[in-house]
Amino acid sequence: KSHISFVMVCYEEQANLILFLQPQQYSYPSIFIYGHRASGKSHVMQVLFKELELPHATVSCVECVSVASLFEHVLLSFFGYEAASLLPRSPSLSDFVRIYRQQCSRSPAKQTRYIVMEKSELLRDADANLLPALLRLQELVEDNITVILLSEISWDKFRPNTGCFEPLLLHFPDYSKVELQQILSLDRNPSYSAEFYSSYINILLGVFYSVCRDLRELRHLAALNFSKFCEPLAEGKVKETDTHKLWRNIEPHLKKAMQTVYLREVSSHQWEQMQQMEKEADNCLFFPLPKGLSAHTHVELPYYSKFLLIAAYLASYNPARTDKRFFLKHHGKIRKTHFQKKNEKASNHLLGPKPFPLDRLLAIFYSVVDSRVAPTASIFSQISSLVTLQLLTQVSHDDQLDAPKYKCAVPLDFICAISRTVNFDIVKYLYDFLQ
Amino acid sequence: MLRFWGPLRSPVSFSVSSVQSIMSKRKVKDAALPVGECITQVQKILRERLCHQQLPEKPEGLEAQHKHLLELLKRTAVHGESNSVLIVGPRGAGKTMLLKCVLRDLLEETEAQKNLLQVHLNGLLQTDDRIALKEITRQLHLENVVGDKVFGSFAENLAFLLEALKKGDRSSSRPVLFVLDEFDLFAHHKNQTLLYNLFDVSQSAQAPIAVVGITCRLDVLELLEKRVKSRFSHRQIHLLSSLTSTQYLERVQTQLSLPDHFPDGQFAQDWNDSIKTLCRDKSVGEILQRHFNSSKDFRSLHMLLMLCLSRVSVAKPTIKPIDVQEASRVCFADATANMLRGLSILELCLIIAMKHLNDVYEGEPFNLQMVHNEFKKFLQRKSNSMYNFERPVIMKAFEHLQELELIRPVDGSSAKTQREYRLMRLMLDHSQIVEALQKYPQCPTEVKQWGMSAFG
Repeated sequence: KSHISFVMVCYEEQANLILFLQPQQYSYPSIFIYGHRASGKSHVMQVLFKELELPHATVSCVECVSVASLFEHVLLSFFGYEAASLLPRSPSLSDFVRIYRQQCSRSPAKQTRYIVMEKSELLRDADANLLPALLRLQELVEDNITVILLSEISWDKFRPNTGCFEPLLLHFPDYSKVELQQILSLDRNPSYSAEFYSSYINILLGVFYSVCRDLRELRHLAALNFSKFCEPLAEGKVKETDTHKLWRNIEPHLKKAMQTVYLREVSSHQWEQMQQMEKEADNCLFFPLPKGLSAHTHVELPYYSKFLLIAAYLASYNPARTDKRFFLKHHGKIRKTHFQKKNEKASNHLLGPKPFPLDRLLAIFYSVVDSRVAPTASIFSQISSLVTLQLLTQVSHDDQLDAPKYKCAVPLDFICAISRTVNFDIVKYLYDFLQ
Repeated sequence: MLRFWGPLRSPVSFSVSSVQSIMSKRKVKDAALPVGECITQVQKILRERLCHQQLPEKPEGLEAQHKHLLELLKRTAVHGESNSVLIVGPRGAGKTMLLKCVLRDLLEETEAQKNLLQVHLNGLLQTDDRIALKEITRQLHLENVVGDKVFGSFAENLAFLLEALKKGDRSSSRPVLFVLDEFDLFAHHKNQTLLYNLFDVSQSAQAPIAVVGITCRLDVLELLEKRVKSRFSHRQIHLLSSLTSTQYLERVQTQLSLPDHFPDGQFAQDWNDSIKTLCRDKSVGEILQRHFNSSKDFRSLHMLLMLCLSRVSVAKPTIKPIDVQEASRVCFADATANMLRGLSILELCLIIAMKHLNDVYEGEPFNLQMVHNEFKKFLQRKSNSMYNFERPVIMKAFEHLQELELIRPVDGSSAKTQREYRLMRLMLDHSQIVEALQKYPQCPTEVKQWGMSAFG
């Protein structure tokens, strides 16, 4: 009993659910529980069922790629192995209900049986009749059974067209900042005092709370960065009570963590390595930051491919009517008024790339490449290999050879890096950035 | 929301122990019937009534339909007349209850009980004709006769069944009652073979069968093929609720009242009196009126009463008006508002930016780039850079919103466009956002002002 009350800090209200469940009595056929990620939906269920020793089957809808495994799991956990082996090869709901009834008449329920479906939003992608049938399973199998659906998405987005048995909706409220602080302070390091750890959690929440309220994520971040927080203490520079200095030490570190570990740019293993290196290279001012995942997006391309990509970018983000002015040698004067009319909404860097035909791509390509290039097979094969690298995308699939259309699918900083390698000033040629 | 436990909102240890005390008290034999035992009995009786859809003595307000259906089925069961009928009504109107009541009354007659064979099919379970056929064979106990033929081909099975039905005639063979729950789903089977054959048998002078379809679709006849439709008798029983609010209130009272055979007479008396005073309470009346206005079906009422009932415990052995209020609050809770309250500040800011985009461009879809731009404009006007987040962080928040289905991509298969240029639509109402802003815990003032302002 004390164990429950310890585990369920901040779950008081949810734990009152057991009053609602009343295992010896008939229960409501289906209960839909929704709440944000890591608000303790599965956990509360698990602890309740384990402590009260209720017959239950917990099924994650992610694992159940076919309904067969769902049925098998349910039968297995209620009636044992023999019942599950009765299922035919590709069972239908009808088979499941038949076998369930058969087994149920042999061992009638003394308590309510519970089926808990985690991630139940995936049930919507299953057979259309699965969700309605689960919701009225109590009526179909004529047993004291309750189906509990857990989800992050509200019930309104589940309801089938022709309606169904409406489940009872319960909300698991998310944690407030104080509650988060309490929960996170639970797993403190025994070698430090509780106040010390909770002041660390306070600083951590100060940085991350406005971005992330996911308990699991915060817990992970807290575990990763604690050693850094303790560092000045170990070196004997500050005392435990000197909160301000500790804060000065950790805050930039946490801000860096938000841009790296939080986004999974560097893995947590790499992050720990970085901290280690930092410690060793303390005297040296510059130490190389390990590159994140997105830093590796730099790709080595052949010379003409680079120009083809540049040309594609220009074709995608510039309106076709400005081509003449940008790329023709004798285009006459650029009338300023013409360019000043552009409004913000029309900016292509806001709306995304536009498709362009192959002819336009080649025309721009010849104009940006200084030397004479023959339209050989290799040029065209480079275009299609850019498509396979997903740097370009082919837009319409109706015509493969005659006048295909493409879109450029690289971001601005990527193309800037490419054009720097070939000494091409791309910003000068972009309509959106024209002064 | 689960914050409806009012006086029970206390540490967990209490709630756990209270359940265990209920459990332990259950073991005491009913010598003097302590309060715990009474409460257990109340829970048992009422829960069976509310959750398990226990059959009432008489279907209230459906006397005419009951009589009609009973007569019809009696003619099949006793006189061997073939019939077909559809019971049509909205969800929770008591279609299954009506049929079950009729069957219960029908089987009281010994002749009918001796004669009638029943086959119950459900459109949710028997999703195609082959499964349905197997189920029919099984329920008619013909598997022994056909032996392994049950698992033979569909055509064989059908031919066998039809022959068995054809061989019979009105005088000698036992009548069969087919009950097709979720009838509209059977109409989606290929060629409607099963329906055709059932109706065909019911039309021609073969074994006497009655086909009873239960459906919630009013246009169910439009779903049937012409040949199937022409064989159907076009007899429909509509269950449209003609309930008035006073009847609704009476219903609440009868649903919550304890029966005469309750073991502790004094407790039952007290309970029934307390229910009577509860129903006379003005605030309860208002709440029930509100529920009546939103829906007349009894299932939602049962849900409300179930929530009230779950608040009854040994410590508090009656239902108080406050319980009804809290239960009603849970029933009417806005799920989207609940979800919005748990978003982080950054996600809330993105939603405000989307709201402004929707206002300015009149509901045109937007992409992440535009939302980010709008957010940056807000940050520029405010001098403090508290929310100056990197782009990938904003992207992550945006994707979380998409996972919660608060925003949805315009075209489903836009895997080809880059993430930041994928067009999205906001799935929230203007008023929902404003309400969420007001209820958001510790919302910064500038964010609130930005959200409330008309244009960006």
